[in-house]
Amino acid sequence: MTRYLRLSGLEPFTLTPDIPFVNIGERTNVTGSARFRKLIVNRDYAAALEVARDQVENGAQIIDINMDEGLIDSKSAMVEFLNLLAAEPDIARVPVMIDSSKWEVIEAGLKCVQGKPVVNSISLKEGEATFRHQAGLCLAYGAAVVVMAFDEDGQADSFARKTEICARAYRILVEEVGFPPEDIIFDPNIFAVATGIEEHNNYGVDFLQATRWIRQNLPHAHVSGGVSNLSFSFRGNDPVREAMHAVFLYHAIQAGMDMGIVNAGQLAVYDQIDPELRDACEDVVLNRRADATDRLLDLAERFKGGAREEKQRDLAWRDWPVEKRLEHALVNGITEFIEEDTEAARQMAERPLHVIEGPLMAGMNVVGDLFGAGKMFLPQVVKSARVMKQAVAVLLPYMDAEKLANGGEGRQTAGKVLMATVKGDVHDIGKNIVGVVLACNNYEIIDLGVMVPPQKILEVARAEKVDVIGLSGLITPSLDEMVHLASEMQREGFTIPLLIGGATTSKVHTAVKIAPRYAGPAVYVLDASRAVGVVSALLSPAQQGPFVEALRAEYRDVADRHERNERAKQRLPLAQARANALQLEWQGYDVPAPRFLGARVIDDWDLTEIARYIDWTPFFQTWELKGSYPKILDDPAQGEAARALFADAQAMVQRIIAERWFGPRAVVGFWPANAVGEDIRLFADETRAEPLATLHTLRQQHAKREGRPNVALADFVAPEGSARDYVGGFVVTAGPEEAEIAARFDRANDNYAAILVKALADRFAEAMAEMLHQRVRRELWGYAPDEAFAPDELVGEPYRGIRPAPGYPAQPDHTEKRTLFRLLDAEAATGVTLTESMAMWPGSSVSGLYIGHPDAYYFGVAKVERDQVADYARRKGMELDEAERWLAPILNYVPAPTTALAAE
Amino acid sequence: MLDIQTRNAALTALARDRILILDGAMGTQIQALGLSEEDYAGQSGGCACHPASEHPQKGNNDLLILTQPQAIEDIHFAYAMAGADIVETNTFSSTTIAQADYGMEAAVHELNAQGARLARRALDRATAIDGRPRFVAGAIGPTNRTASLSPDVNDPGYRAVTFDDLRLAYGQQVRGLVAGGADIILIETIFDTLNAKAAIFACFEVFAETARRLPLMISGTITDASGRTLSGQTPTAFWYSVAHARPFTVGLNCALGASAMRPHLAELAGVSNTFTCAYPNAGLPNAFGQYDESPDATAAQVAEFARDGLVNVVGGCCGTTPEHIRAIADAVAGHTPRSVP
Repeated sequence: MTRYLRLSGLEPFTLTPDIPFVNIGERTNVTGSARFRKLIVNRDYAAALEVARDQVENGAQIIDINMDEGLIDSKSAMVEFLNLLAAEPDIARVPVMIDSSKWEVIEAGLKCVQGKPVVNSISLKEGEATFRHQAGLCLAYGAAVVVMAFDEDGQADSFARKTEICARAYRILVEEVGFPPEDIIFDPNIFAVATGIEEHNNYGVDFLQATRWIRQNLPHAHVSGGVSNLSFSFRGNDPVREAMHAVFLYHAIQAGMDMGIVNAGQLAVYDQIDPELRDACEDVVLNRRADATDRLLDLAERFKGGAREEKQRDLAWRDWPVEKRLEHALVNGITEFIEEDTEAARQMAERPLHVIEGPLMAGMNVVGDLFGAGKMFLPQVVKSARVMKQAVAVLLPYMDAEKLANGGEGRQTAGKVLMATVKGDVHDIGKNIVGVVLACNNYEIIDLGVMVPPQKILEVARAEKVDVIGLSGLITPSLDEMVHLASEMQREGFTIPLLIGGATTSKVHTAVKIAPRYAGPAVYVLDASRAVGVVSALLSPAQQGPFVEALRAEYRDVADRHERNERAKQRLPLAQARANALQLEWQGYDVPAPRFLGARVIDDWDLTEIARYIDWTPFFQTWELKGSYPKILDDPAQGEAARALFADAQAMVQRIIAERWFGPRAVVGFWPANAVGEDIRLFADETRAEPLATLHTLRQQHAKREGRPNVALADFVAPEGSARDYVGGFVVTAGPEEAEIAARFDRANDNYAAILVKALADRFAEAMAEMLHQRVRRELWGYAPDEAFAPDELVGEPYRGIRPAPGYPAQPDHTEKRTLFRLLDAEAATGVTLTESMAMWPGSSVSGLYIGHPDAYYFGVAKVERDQVADYARRKGMELDEAERWLAPILNYVPAPTTALAAE
Repeated sequence: MLDIQTRNAALTALARDRILILDGAMGTQIQALGLSEEDYAGQSGGCACHPASEHPQKGNNDLLILTQPQAIEDIHFAYAMAGADIVETNTFSSTTIAQADYGMEAAVHELNAQGARLARRALDRATAIDGRPRFVAGAIGPTNRTASLSPDVNDPGYRAVTFDDLRLAYGQQVRGLVAGGADIILIETIFDTLNAKAAIFACFEVFAETARRLPLMISGTITDASGRTLSGQTPTAFWYSVAHARPFTVGLNCALGASAMRPHLAELAGVSNTFTCAYPNAGLPNAFGQYDESPDATAAQVAEFARDGLVNVVGGCCGTTPEHIRAIADAVAGHTPRSVP
């Protein structure tokens, strides 16, 4: 690893060679800023933090903090300011420089920062022993150090003294203390020049030369300095001071000074300084001529008070509407304008409460979303909560006044929230954060701490008349404690809301285990950012009803879904599934006999008539247009595309009809049938003596809710010995011509037409299946002779009977097509063949069974267990591994590999 | 037993040679025992020779070191036999700060010293069987207080615990661990880096007193979707803040499972000039707080860390079992350890 200076606040800072110079903010230094000193002396820490924030916004990469002021307790001011600063993520993101001439102040500061700071400074002033001791402590606290060129004899002012002291300090640090050389920053003392005292004239040059020497002779060490000292004699003349600083830095950086304490907001650009002034400054800094000081003094008057462009913060957001301003302030944690913005919002609102429930809550929800998405982190959320608190504070007097005006008592808080970590659990950080966020929103928090027994929670809740109880827990056993507490609340007649939070808690657990135990609202709160929204809704008379109602509906839904999922995972033994088969009433079941038994070809197809039965919705789905026909034609987003496509399709349908592109064919058959278990036996004739074939079906095996059967297709057919029943079968196809026509379009490079014709062929086949089914019901089987649904009404399948197809959810086994095709002699009758993977060719073909019972419905078999597959294979006369291969998608188990079976 | 320098050198040599295995969760194993309040407090067999307390002790897992020592030793042994080179003591909460919740402050030294001895015994049993050297890592948890966040809204400058409180408490813990024969000090599940810095400082103090320096392992935890520690630091900032410890390893543990840990681990592996260590949870807890990621599933993800050269030490945190550790050890066996830049 390259030896770079690596520091950190909340974010890392690495001093790589790409960074020519590090700006260390100087305004949070009581010795350097009169304004900051005044703020600290007056203990106005909020404004003092603004000074720090301004520096970071202005580009300070490190901020120097110095509290060395005679009138204040520097140590406690350092601790207090650093602790406050830690709560400001936009400032705390940069490393700090803990600056004091008193070691005890520095050490107190080191105990407050989680990042890697810089200590400013240590030196040999009090001898080597102290120096070694302090350096060792800096190492143990994890800080880089600034080492002043200062020794037992005083501060170094010449090149010789500066370099001698720095070399000695470097040797002690690196060789004796074991200090990483890249963590050493030398400050070879920038003194004031142009003071009128001749000995001072060369101070700039001494510094520049010492800097160059240090960078060349003390590997990896850095050089820094307090730049404003340089221009001390020009106090009150900022333009000249800035010019001097800029000129000095220009040369110092070239010499190797890579850090400096500067006013990040007031740095002139070397190239943009008036050339005359720049030249005069350069004379002074580089000590180029004897009269340099006088010449600069002459010039200085002219530049005094010259217009200085202060870098402006981006305040464009101040022009936004008030709601957006509030949101911006909440998200960015800006308190500066929150009071005036809240007041503006209040004046626009009907009631002060509406400001909280409206724009402020909306803003906090944005905060919650950003936190959930990982775009904000916790200290920022806490900051947002504080802004919220300030806004609420503006509204409170108005809300109290409103209450008094309505004859009520002015209420001091928004509500009392009791918080506790449950018995057996000691984790409370999350709970504390929720407490902070709620307290920020004017809720009174009664925090019972950790490991709180349920009785204590309820006692305090009653004694203090709290409005909400919030429980927290991190470890798994805490979940049971929460359930227990909910039951106790119920038993003792509580009705107040119960909030549930903590790492192991979840919406599902709350919905399934806690909410059912308690008649009052039990609410899962995902994280601290959501707490305010939930509590405010629960305690708002207007919002409570709808909120709780929506919550209950949601939890019911969550619980149901959970139950379904759990059930879906369980599989019943086949015997148990069979015991829960669908029991239809067959006593007195009387279905008419079909008009014929056996198979019959249907060849009187009229393409015009088929087209009337087309269901267009799936057609649009083929083209990835989601929506149902005809609504999709008016869809704002897809309507245009859908209309164009539909027009093309209509045009092609006209040609299909006119030019007789397709030769539709079909075969249909009926057989006397009765069920035996999951099998449906078909007979040659009404004597039902001679078995013709057996259709095999599969039974649902997942655990069902009370009263729901484990159904198989065979359940819809009269069992043997109960009633005379029939089953039909069919194969329809739009004809093999589709493939040839599509190929022709492809050859003409008209892929669009090729896809269109295939899609239409599919639609024709489906329409034929629909048409044929209607004809079966009304005429060929004739169990519904009076049915009068129009073609477009058939889409919703309002009619009696079903036509399940092998390979679809009700019978996932494609090999059943073999039986169907044999019974119908379908290949000869229609030209449709089965491929080896049991797909039908041509593709625009449909096959299926007809089942006529009025209660028959479509369902999915879903996953099945090994016991059923073994039974099924036996019934079908198939090897188990072959059955498993065909049923692979619905196996609820991992089949044994064939080799293992062979070895058994 | 080898002297400390030799053991340190052996540990470093092993870590250069292959990916080392750390053990898995203690809490999950203890939970499986289904112990009662009486079992915890040592009133139903076991040992009751520890300071008495008014507080219920159920959930005070560390106390089992004194009240159910055989059970704890057996868990350590199971992990050792599952392939762990480094086994953590059951002392995550054995500081006066964390034990205050149970009124067990007075037991802290004994917990740590005895905790290290128990682990040592279990490892020696395992080594007697297969001859492999194993190391006791004295585990130091974060306590349940934060030194750089205020729990009091009206006073963001307030601190419920200070650096010095932590430094003293950790110092006491480390002395106990050292007295009990810990080979390594593992500062883990760090959510506030300032707490960890106090622990590091305390280690330095104890090392100076005893004139022997144990290797440190430092492990942070990142539970926010933002990829920061609870106290707001990025992984790189975290490393810069603790690098002065010159630890044997730096890494991550706990949190949201291996796949969620990966990007943060990759960041750390890219910036740190020491060995890296990762021991994630067995995925995310399900809706009922249980971890149901299978040993193979966890191991497959950890193996990816190894394949991509991100780690030198791997193990498991919440929800992992000896089976997980065995699967992890098997899965990383063929991979070379990360080379330290």
